[in-house]
Amino acid sequence: MADVEICDVRKSFGATEVLHGVDITIPDKSFTVLVGPSGCGKSTLLRMIAGLEKVTSGDIVIEGQVVNDVPPKQRDIAMVFQNYALYPHMKVFDNMAFSLKLAKVDPTVIEEAVHRAAGILNLEDYLERYPRQLSGGQRQRVAMGRAIVRDPRVFLFDEPLSNLDAKLRVQMRTEIRELHQRLQTTTIYVTHDQIEAMTMADQIVVMHDGIIEQIGAPLELYDNPANVFVAGFIGSPAMNFLTGAVERGGQARVAMGNGTFLPLGEQTAAGDGQPVVYGVRPEHLELVSENDGFPADVVVVEPMGSETQVLARLEGREITAAFRERHDFHPGQKIHLRPDLAKVHLFSQESGQRL
Amino acid sequence: MAESTLRSGTAEIPTPGLWSRLVHDRNWLGFWFMMPAAAILILFLTYPLGLGIWLSMTDASIGNPGKFIGLLNFYDKECYGPGDCELYGLFGDTVFWQSVWQTIFYTTFASVVKFAVGLYLALLLNNHMPFKAILRALILLPFIVPTVLSAIAFWWIYDAQFSIISWGLTKLGLIDVYIDFLGDPWNARWSLIFANIWRGVPFVAITLLAGLQTVPASLYEAATLDGANRWQMFRHVTFPVLTPIIAVVMTFSVLFTFTDFQLIWAITRGGPANATHLMATLSYQRAILGGNMGEGAAISTAMIPFLLAAIMVSWFGLQRRKWQQGETDD
Repeated sequence: MADVEICDVRKSFGATEVLHGVDITIPDKSFTVLVGPSGCGKSTLLRMIAGLEKVTSGDIVIEGQVVNDVPPKQRDIAMVFQNYALYPHMKVFDNMAFSLKLAKVDPTVIEEAVHRAAGILNLEDYLERYPRQLSGGQRQRVAMGRAIVRDPRVFLFDEPLSNLDAKLRVQMRTEIRELHQRLQTTTIYVTHDQIEAMTMADQIVVMHDGIIEQIGAPLELYDNPANVFVAGFIGSPAMNFLTGAVERGGQARVAMGNGTFLPLGEQTAAGDGQPVVYGVRPEHLELVSENDGFPADVVVVEPMGSETQVLARLEGREITAAFRERHDFHPGQKIHLRPDLAKVHLFSQESGQRL
Repeated sequence: MAESTLRSGTAEIPTPGLWSRLVHDRNWLGFWFMMPAAAILILFLTYPLGLGIWLSMTDASIGNPGKFIGLLNFYDKECYGPGDCELYGLFGDTVFWQSVWQTIFYTTFASVVKFAVGLYLALLLNNHMPFKAILRALILLPFIVPTVLSAIAFWWIYDAQFSIISWGLTKLGLIDVYIDFLGDPWNARWSLIFANIWRGVPFVAITLLAGLQTVPASLYEAATLDGANRWQMFRHVTFPVLTPIIAVVMTFSVLFTFTDFQLIWAITRGGPANATHLMATLSYQRAILGGNMGEGAAISTAMIPFLLAAIMVSWFGLQRRKWQQGETDD
């Protein structure tokens, strides 16, 4: 087990720079998730930690040692690939034992290590099967087993759940989390799915276009997003963004330009007339009576059972609201919504940063 | 959709006639589509093969349709007294047996070298290197040149008086006398084997290269992290994953080499003193040049068991690889 330090790491492929100086501290025994849309550089960063890609500049430090020029096999890390990368011609046992066999570990020790890992992952009955004969979830477990057997200092996961169906994904999510709690091995996990990030991470690193947008605990990112990107990326359904200018009269508010006013709390950092992005999460909108809040026209109602999501139109802009109660709206119906003032986020229109 | 089907079901549906069924039924339609291909195969493959096997059991010669003589072309024993028996037919034919051994030797040696060199080239070309596309095209060159043309080129290279190899070696001062490439039995055999390897390597190399490119890069990355060095990656990942393609390529390579005719005929015509006759060239010599159709056909027919054996080996070799199939039970 070890802590990992990423210090001003850059990566270029030819003339194109894909990582523009990244700093991350990954504490020992933590579960860190790198999340971001495709092309943000998260997988490249993971592969650099694994040693599969060269570092253009900056340092990758594992347990106090700069590993930039250390070959992958000496870094003592294990990686789970998106397509599992199981050796198709080896049985599950041999897949899991391969690294130990190469290291010339005593066969009885290998036997023991593989059976222990198989026990943890419920793979005991499948050791004599070929990868082809396994389901997606089982293959996923074998790939993890192959990593566990080596008892590495760091686990790397590269979008391990994206090839699984929705139900299995939820199940494996829990299993991986449970595994981490049990083994306590420092884990770095890459995904584009913010729900995976929220549910699994101790620490989330939100990446976008080769830079880090924000680092923090899941709920910290949810409650205090540093900018419009993080606010829009974390949370499902996504935060509503409405643009307008601040008006500081008796009651601070945001004027949308089409006559609609959005209420603001007392302590607002924005100055009078400043153009802002007004962000409010769907679950922080409340249904109110006619002469309160702002009006919107119902477009689509999506009953989820546990909550009701309503897509409404507010003077040409779409806004989503989520209610715990059940509502029977019909399309075109006018409803009135009021944001929870304590949970409204204001961002600068210019920089996108939180105000 | 379902509703309209149901509704029309209540109305009278005419029972299709025999003709309409033959034309519209899916199974019959498949049969009709198969017919042209089947006709071509029967006309140009099955019929000549059958005719060849039939001829091998007759005493036909040029101008004489011949009559059925059973297996006498293959095996005939005549006894002139107790303990004084003589074998006739192919079994008693020393030239035939010599050609069998030569064919086996030629095929085995050339195939092994073709495989080794082809695999080496494929691995080399699978790496990132400058001018990769040009190198790949160059490797294919021997395969593109018509066999007879390359055979004639080799004939000149091996010529007793004008050989460029002998000329070069003399100029370098390595030899005093020109090498008699095609006049000495073993020189002739090695020369032909070399020509065959030169011609056959591209097929093996390009096909194996295609196979190599289907191996996912993540397998090598996983092996790297597992601590494998380059040799271990080849030994434990590349080679096993490639075995199905190797089986197919080598089956074809063995079949082509075993039935080789053009190279031998253009360079040595089986000489010197039958030293380079393969079964195919001997068959041609006996049947077409010698006029003994029955005997020539018998030699050709004698190749069938060998070819079947080669096919069986690869067929069962392919069947064994269970990891390729998605079976759920053991």
